[in-house]
Amino acid sequence: MQTNSSSAALTGAGKPNFSTTPVPSPTQPVAGGKLVEKIQIKDLRFYYKKFEALKTINLSLADKKVTAFIGPSGCGKSTLLRVLNRMYALYPEQRAEGEVLVDGANILDPKIDLNLLRAKIGMVFQKPTPFPMSIFDNIAFGINLYEDLPRGELEDRVEQALRKAALWDEVKDKLKQSGLGLSGGQQQRLCIARAISVKPEILLLDEPCSALDPISTQKIEELISELKTDYCIVIVTHSMQQAARSSDYTAFMYLGELIEFNDTETVFTNPHNKRTEDYITGRFG
Amino acid sequence: MAKNLARYTRRRRKNWIILGLSLCATGIGLFFLGAILFALLTEGLAAIRPSLFTEMTPAPGSDGGLLNAIYGSAVMTLVGTVVGTPIGILVGTYVAEYSRGNKLGQSIQFINDVLLSAPSIIVGLFVYQLLVVPMGHFSGWAGSTTLAILVIPVVTRTTIDMLILVPNALREAAAALGTPKWKITVSVCYRAARQGMLTGIMLAVARISGETAPLLFTVLSNQFWSTDMNRPIANLPVVISNFALSPYPDWQRLAWGGALLITLTILTLNIAARTLASFGSAKQ
Repeated sequence: MQTNSSSAALTGAGKPNFSTTPVPSPTQPVAGGKLVEKIQIKDLRFYYKKFEALKTINLSLADKKVTAFIGPSGCGKSTLLRVLNRMYALYPEQRAEGEVLVDGANILDPKIDLNLLRAKIGMVFQKPTPFPMSIFDNIAFGINLYEDLPRGELEDRVEQALRKAALWDEVKDKLKQSGLGLSGGQQQRLCIARAISVKPEILLLDEPCSALDPISTQKIEELISELKTDYCIVIVTHSMQQAARSSDYTAFMYLGELIEFNDTETVFTNPHNKRTEDYITGRFG
Repeated sequence: MAKNLARYTRRRRKNWIILGLSLCATGIGLFFLGAILFALLTEGLAAIRPSLFTEMTPAPGSDGGLLNAIYGSAVMTLVGTVVGTPIGILVGTYVAEYSRGNKLGQSIQFINDVLLSAPSIIVGLFVYQLLVVPMGHFSGWAGSTTLAILVIPVVTRTTIDMLILVPNALREAAAALGTPKWKITVSVCYRAARQGMLTGIMLAVARISGETAPLLFTVLSNQFWSTDMNRPIANLPVVISNFALSPYPDWQRLAWGGALLITLTILTLNIAARTLASFGSAKQ
């Protein structure tokens, strides 16, 4: 089902066309249709101490589309994702060079306020990370950071977020219970609800389904395809099927390099690079 | 499936031996704990009667209670805990959240561990030099200061240990929402570590409420009712020590009563704190 709808959306939306001149990348999306470049990555290099984890990445990510990063373990997918909200800045031994423009502003600029940046760019992690508080408070926590809402409105916002994350019906009667008491899949949807409750513009998903069973995975993939009408979504995944099912664009990374970037259909049906083909056909990785 | 069972048998035998030894050790520990409690109860229960809580420490041979000592101990323990706990939590937070792994953090942790294992009598001597000598007399404040100094390393240590147990994923998740660092610490990390931190505070309270040696150098004791923290003030540990070593049966009985009282108070505090903490945190 998912495959159909997402590939339909793909062909329906037409071939990607970035409004500005796309930065060079191994293979460029083909022209046609209207797309807004939300994020532009220019000559990005990333270091863990001395180790160069990302080697001169150039890539543009489209708004209101899902872009998947695929590649074998340790190729730099998550690293790249964690640059996009400067999550790496929590760790002093990690640093990035180059430029990452979000809406034209370089977020690698040391003067950027990280809290405001991250309020604009939501992230969901591999393992569910509910806070040790009630389900309601898990969502309200993020909202209260930047908004001062009366109780009623706050409750509405929490409900909205939980509904959007397809969790409302399961938790509406136990909002006061701890978020830790939910199942793994529910916890992950709670984290997605928390991420979207603050109304970010970009959503980063770091292998959001790797700890989940197929049913929860399906729910989250459905959710992704719904959410992309509002957000620029970037998803790191180990599952090629997931990338094929739920993304519009796919970037294949290998050993810290961006090997191929194109619309998902092309990457999976007609990859231009031999290594991409080897990877997606399961010859390595 | 003919397997060589020799290794398996050997492993099983080892398991039995270690399990047996563990059980023995537990048994020995529990036996002494039980024996102490039994002695306390049999000797102390006789002393627990209304007058214990309503009358002052008596002269030998006359009737009396421990009211002044109970009051003094309660106030000094309270002041010591209230002053020492925030300092300990702040130090622990600084080490665990703001200087984890760096030189300064490691040095603070090392010094704290030294303080933690320092004999309390040395802390008493220190405060004696610091406060008692300049003031010219023993006082409740000096006693409270000593107790506060004893609280700090215990609370610091448990705060560090508990905060380090909080997974980084939780901090990242909070940061990903645009949460400022101080708020991540207060609203997320403290919450996740609450139970352990509370245990640390309870440990500290338990430790200081039985301290005798440092109080001898700082508050001494007082035969009479006094609420003046600038003066020597009666307190349970010193009264217990004095009375227990005396030749008078009435005093000895009161000493048993005081010892039982301290034990029961700490037991109650512990149970209350744990119940509260489990109420507050995850109802899973």
